[in-house]
Amino acid sequence: MSEADLSMGHGAGVMEARPFAIPSKKLVMWLFIISDACTFGAMLFAYGFVKNAAPDWPHPFESGSIMNALLMTFILVTSSLTILIGVRAAKEGNKSKAIQWTFITVVLGLAFAALHLKEWMGLIGEGVRLFQNPWGSPMFGASFFAITGLHLAHVVSGAVALTVVALGYKRGRYNSDDLEIWSLYWHFVDLVWMFVVPMVYLMNVKA
Amino acid sequence: MESNQGSIKGDLVVYVLILILACVQVFALKGHLFAMLVVAAIQAFLAISFFMHLGSEKRTLRLALIPATLFVLVMMNMIWADSYRLISMKPFAK
Repeated sequence: MSEADLSMGHGAGVMEARPFAIPSKKLVMWLFIISDACTFGAMLFAYGFVKNAAPDWPHPFESGSIMNALLMTFILVTSSLTILIGVRAAKEGNKSKAIQWTFITVVLGLAFAALHLKEWMGLIGEGVRLFQNPWGSPMFGASFFAITGLHLAHVVSGAVALTVVALGYKRGRYNSDDLEIWSLYWHFVDLVWMFVVPMVYLMNVKA
Repeated sequence: MESNQGSIKGDLVVYVLILILACVQVFALKGHLFAMLVVAAIQAFLAISFFMHLGSEKRTLRLALIPATLFVLVMMNMIWADSYRLISMKPFAK
């Protein structure tokens, strides 16, 4: 039996069962997600460190920014629901519905990115730069833009990846499993935002 | 791939719960870091278990992923002592 036969799964009976009962691609996505969780964890801990060690940490966010963050949360959590519906449709073999819901997810992701950029522009307009701001500790800008920028990069790259997978699924290059695997990444991006909001926004509300 | 997608009704319940918890964070717990992080951890648990379906995966997968991640994240807490040392020392102390 050739190596190709084994890798295509034709070796049932001569190969042991998968130890985690999931395909290799899904396991790789899970491993990427836990490594990325540690990356975001390290960034949030570093943010906590510099905030803790600075006596004049700025608290620039007014109720408008907080409502914007809440709206962004609503959009991102809703996009998690829409990709779930898309993946379920793909599993049921309903290709057009799966593609439709995946593109709704992409649009919601882009709406999130637009609101995020609006928030950035507001802060930049108030004089916040990477290493200076009008209010206090110069590290505020660097840590804020680094954390939210890394998250924004994940959202945008996730939207691109979902678009590519949805178009490939439409052409028959990818299947419902690929869509499911990329939905894991999308849920992870949503999950990270749940920690970014309290630490970066809600702990820095203007008194 | 085995399908473990659950039901749309269950997904909707989790979706509403996560949004309610987000509102609780904003309107009731703003400024209370520990309480907000507990709520965020509950939201993360719901998302991982139901949206990402880790709860219905094989136990060996959960054991391979979760303890290692939690260990790394818990070990990062060793930085706090140093951040408090900085704020108590020069140049900020009188």
